[in-house]
Parts: sequence; C-alpha cells; structure tokens
Amino acid sequence: MTDLTATSVQRADAVPVRARFPVHIAVFLAPALAIYTLFSIYPLIDTIRLSLYAGDETGARSFVGLQNFQTLLGDPNWSGHFWNALRNNLIFFAIHMVVQNGIGLGLAMLLSLPRLAGGSVYRTLIFLPTMLSVVIIGFIWQLILNPLWGIAPSLLKAVGLGSLFGPWLGQESTALLTVSLISVWQFVGIPMMLIYAALLNIPDDLLDAATVDGAGPFSVFWFVRLPLILPTLGVVSILTFVANFNAFDLIYAVKGALAGPNFSTDILGTFFYRTFFGFQLQVGSPTMGAAVATAMLIIILIGVLIYLFGVQRRLQRHTF
Amino acid sequence: MTKLHSEAALRRAGRLLATASVAAAAFAFANAASAQTLTIESWRNDDADVWNTKIIPAFNKKHPDIKVQFKADPPTEYNAALNARLAGGTAGDLITCRPFDTSLDMFKKGNLVSVDDVKGIENFSDVAKSAWSTDDGKTTFCMPMASVIHGFVYNKEIFDELKLTPPKTVAEFHAVLDKIKADGKYTPIAMGTADQWEAATMGFQNIGVNYWKGEEGRKALIEGKQKFTDPAYVDVFKELATWAPYMGDGYKAQKYPDTQNLFTLGRAAIYPAGSWDVPIFRKQADFEFDAFAPPVAKAGDKCYISDHTDIAIGINAKSKNADAAKIFLSWVASPEFADIYANELPGFFPLSKDKVDVKDPVAAKFVGWRGTCESSIRNSYQILARGTPNLETELWNVSAQVMNGAMKAEEAAKKVEDGLASWYEPHKK
Repeated sequence: MTDLTATSVQRADAVPVRARFPVHIAVFLAPALAIYTLFSIYPLIDTIRLSLYAGDETGARSFVGLQNFQTLLGDPNWSGHFWNALRNNLIFFAIHMVVQNGIGLGLAMLLSLPRLAGGSVYRTLIFLPTMLSVVIIGFIWQLILNPLWGIAPSLLKAVGLGSLFGPWLGQESTALLTVSLISVWQFVGIPMMLIYAALLNIPDDLLDAATVDGAGPFSVFWFVRLPLILPTLGVVSILTFVANFNAFDLIYAVKGALAGPNFSTDILGTFFYRTFFGFQLQVGSPTMGAAVATAMLIIILIGVLIYLFGVQRRLQRHTF
Repeated sequence: MTKLHSEAALRRAGRLLATASVAAAAFAFANAASAQTLTIESWRNDDADVWNTKIIPAFNKKHPDIKVQFKADPPTEYNAALNARLAGGTAGDLITCRPFDTSLDMFKKGNLVSVDDVKGIENFSDVAKSAWSTDDGKTTFCMPMASVIHGFVYNKEIFDELKLTPPKTVAEFHAVLDKIKADGKYTPIAMGTADQWEAATMGFQNIGVNYWKGEEGRKALIEGKQKFTDPAYVDVFKELATWAPYMGDGYKAQKYPDTQNLFTLGRAAIYPAGSWDVPIFRKQADFEFDAFAPPVAKAGDKCYISDHTDIAIGINAKSKNADAAKIFLSWVASPEFADIYANELPGFFPLSKDKVDVKDPVAAKFVGWRGTCESSIRNSYQILARGTPNLETELWNVSAQVMNGAMKAEEAAKKVEDGLASWYEPHKK
C-alpha cells in the first residue's frame, strides 16, 4: 500500500513538468546576457581577433597569425617597453596591496572600536576621495607637490624639514612610488568599507567568548577576527589586482601618456594607449594595440585564475 | 462631456503634430539647400576665441552662405580623438594638419584629399608645402597656414635692473646666466623637464640648429651622412646639461604651465620659447619683454633658426561639403587670412609668399630673424620619425634625462643613434 502510493507520487512528479524547457529562466537571463554579450564579450573577442591582423599604410588589414605577439615579446624595441610596463605595474600593485589594503584594514579595525566617537564622520571623510574624479585628484596632488608653488615644500619648511623635500613626481627613483601613493590615498576607502562591513558581521558572543577564555586584544584579532574576514580580504585583493592592471587614468592625468621621466611610471594601460592611439609623431597601430590589450587580458586572467584555484577554494566561509 | 473634450484635444494635438512635422521637413530641406556648415577639427583650443570672433566673421563677410564651426580638442588628445572620429565617419569637414607623417598617414589612408587643384596653393613655396606633401613632392594634401620660430624671450625689466644686454654668443649667454644667478633674486632659466617635450623642443631643437647648421645638417642626417653621435649633436646635449644649475627649484617636476607662470609672474629672467608663447605672454605678463635669437658659437658666425612648419588645413575625404571646403581653403591661402592670423595670433607666422606686417614688436622680432638667419625645420620630423622606436619620442626622453643629470651627453647621443639605426637603412652602416 505504502509502496504503491510512493511510486505513483514519484511518477506524477517526474514526468511532464521536468521535461518542459524552463522558458522563464531564459527570459530573465536574456536582458543581462544580451547587454553583456554586446558590450563586453563581443568587443573582447573582436579585440583578440584584431590582434592577429596587421595593417599597412593604406589601412588595409591582413591576417598575420601571432606575429604581433612575436614583435611584442621578441623585438627589443617593443619588449623593453612591455617588460618595463609590466614590472612597474607589479610594483604599482604591490604598493597597493601592502599600503592601501594594510591601511584599509587598520582603519576598519579602528572604526569598529566599540567606543569610538564620530565614527561615521571619519568613515565619510576617508571615503570621500574615492568619489572624486581622478583628474581632480591628479590636479590637486600635482599642486600640493609642486616645487614652485606647492603647499608640501612650504609645510616641510615650516617644521624645519625643508631639506627633505624633492621634486618627487619628476625623479626617476621616486615618481612611481609617488603616483602609487596618490592612488592609495584616493582608494583606501574601498578596502576600509569592505573590511569594516565584514568586521561588523562577526557576532559579539564570539569575541566575548575569546576574551573570557583569556585572549588579549592581539590574540582576538589574530585568531578570531582575521580568520573570519579572510574571504573579504581575498575579494579586496582580487579587486585591487584587476583595478591596478587596468589602471591608466591617474598616470595619464599626472604624468601624461609618455609616463616619464624615462618611462619610470609607464604601466600597461599607458603603454597600450601609446600603442593604440599613437603619440605625437608616432602613428597609432590598432592591431598592435589590440595585441597589447590581449596580453593585458591574459595577464589579468592568469592572476584571477591563480586566485580562484589557489586561494578562493581553500577559504572557509562562516555563517553565523 | 469629458470624453468629448478629450477627443477634441486629441484631434487638435494630432493636427499640431502634423503641422510641426511638415514645418520640420521644410526647414530641413531649406537648410540643406542654402547654408552649408563646415566644421573645423583642430588642436588649437587656445585659439578658439580668435577663430570665432575674428577669422570666421571675416570669412563670412565674403561668403555669407557658408557657415563655419570651429571645434577644438586639447593638443595632446587631438590625434587620438581625430583618428577615432575619422574611423567612425563623424569627423569634421576641415581637418587641421600636423606636419609630416601624422598627416601623410591620413592622406595615405584616404582620409584627406589632394589640394593641388585648390585656388591659392600657388601662393606657397615648396619648402612651405614640404611638410604636407608626399615624399616625391608631387601631391600636397593640406593648405599651409603657419610656422613657429624658436628663440629666447627675456624679461626686459630684470635685464635693465641687472644691467644685462641680450647675449649673441654662447659665452655671453653663460655670462648673463651667471650674473643672474649671482644676484640670486631671479631664476635664470624658466624651464622644466616634467613634460619632456620642453627639453627637446625648446632646448634641443631651439639651440641645435646653430650646431648642425640648419638645413645642411638636417638633410645630411636624413641621407645618413651625419649621425647623432657626431660632435655637433653631442655638443648640443652637453650645452643642455649645463643649463640645469640655472633652472628653478625642482625643475624635474616642473610642467609647461608652471614654466609659463614662472616667467609671466616675473620670477624668471630668460624663457627658452616658441613664438606661440608670445600671445599668451602679451595677455599675462605685466612687464616688458623682448626676444633674442639662439646664441651662436663665435661672434659673427652665421646664425640659424628653427622656423618650423607647424600647422595647415586639409579637407576630409568623406566631407559632404567638399566644394564649400575648397572655397574656405582658398580663402585660407589669401593675404587677408594671413594678415588676420599673423596679427590676431602673433607668434604664428604665415607661410605664404605675400608679405605680411606683423604688428606685435616681439613677434615681429622673431619673424625678422628670417631675414638675418637661415631657416630650418625640426630635424626629427621628416622621414626620421617613421620607425620604432620613434625618434621624436626618444629625443624628448633623452633631452629630459640629460637635463635631469640622469644621462651623459654621449650616452644620449648613442641611444638616439642606436634607435634610429635599428630601422633606418641610411644609418645602418
């Protein structure tokens, strides 16, 4: 008897409903899929296609296979600039990882202190630069650091440290570091907000329990809070990575497309710009530019894959 | 009641719409039949005012039926933006041409048409046309407008105060610099290396012509008879390196607008200039200023100046108003345009054969050197900027590095020569 009912129920459940194509899913997916395909996937694939072509002086294009990539990596005139841009980009990324995300974590910890007065004021102020245009940020910092009329040299002189000032944006040894720190200053609010939100999610009973068990503030941070916000730190890292390897605007606004002095602030974005659009007397090459863009895509893809398979899968998520 | 009312309103609205559409169609038709609108693409956003209030009204006095619109991009974005618009088919009818390969490239890609049949082209010499002609000189694709001349602008009040006279030779130049530096009140040379092009254009090309003897050296370089490692070129870099101690604090981070401000605020004595700075200084400086030509090695030596063909105007091959565009171009070739251009924008000197009176005394001094010195154009522009690495970009880079003290003169010369020899046959030997 029970057997019979069970099978009949199963049959009724399995036959007609499951076989029908779930039209509503397709309908709901369609808008996003169409827009994403049109504005993101198609241009991406077309860029890769374009990188396999070369144009002659009349503008006609012919298929050349991987020749553009051979030039990019094999011809010293190209590869020198490419590796230089990649190295600068890695330094740019490293500075963001250490300084921006380090300070972001520290600020989030301070903001989550239980007895902090005016927390929301600090939060807003620190997040404010993120919402400003990069062009404004570049302009303001160039004025601040300007050796002729900037506020930085006079401030340093006022406290007797005038000799420490240098034309930081103009020296090969300091230009990249300076531009990176300007970028850090602008974007430090983003890791701060994300980590702050994650910290707020940790229930107080966990922290109280740890304290009762005899853990000091340092141990609470190291053994309780940090492991619980690791997934957020992972997201922050990957966001930083993708943003840094796509970066272009700040360098262009502060140092121009030539990313001087002597290409010391040249990153992949500015290198791509010069290649694709040309610069002064250098005529731009859309095909070679597409090759550089494809190389950038591959680099970002490798980074993201390392993160996905090397880091993300090992992260444990906790829900409370 | 309400239903009736709304129906009437609907009918009225329908009638109104019909009338409006007929009117719009008629208007569009009339527009197409009578006035043609020409759009000018340009990088001279500084000059928009002069174009809109002086040049275009003057043209419209003669040709009231052709409307002209001046549309400018910032100089650094012009090439990229223009190429994108040309590719997309939305570029203007008239295209302001940069000299040599950037424009030649547009002509070869079929974006510009030949202007050999435009009336007025006969007003220009072959030298004036050279920057916008094919390599064999047979076809010209832009109507030459103006050239710019390099030299040094100086603050007359500072020179009077320190009892200095404008130097004629390199030795005198350095004596003057030493005196200004010893006085300590003013920065001797207003110049920065942050933008890099200043070092190459206002430095290397400005004084260099005297070292490589203008056209003689420029042609020898193209033919491969001279190299950048020759003493003439190394000496230019050596001379540039000696300027560093006379430049302002932190010149390595000083940009072009900083340099201009340093001079117009009266804080610097000498400004290595392009003549295009004259109208800006005229507006901003409240002191008297004057100019001297690039100093020569010994008194009595023949002098050379960089008189660079800089700006021309051509016709977009896809323009629907090609006839109107040609009328505009022949007007650009007329003495009337030359006169307005030279005097509204002192510092841009017309290239046509007609004699033009330049009224601004400093600009007149610049153009006066054409009579006493020999003119030449920048040596990196013709043919030599075609390869990778790009010669012009390399010159910016090494000139700035030499002035920053990051590179020796010989190293700079070697780097430029090696780059050129890597792709240019006549230099491979």
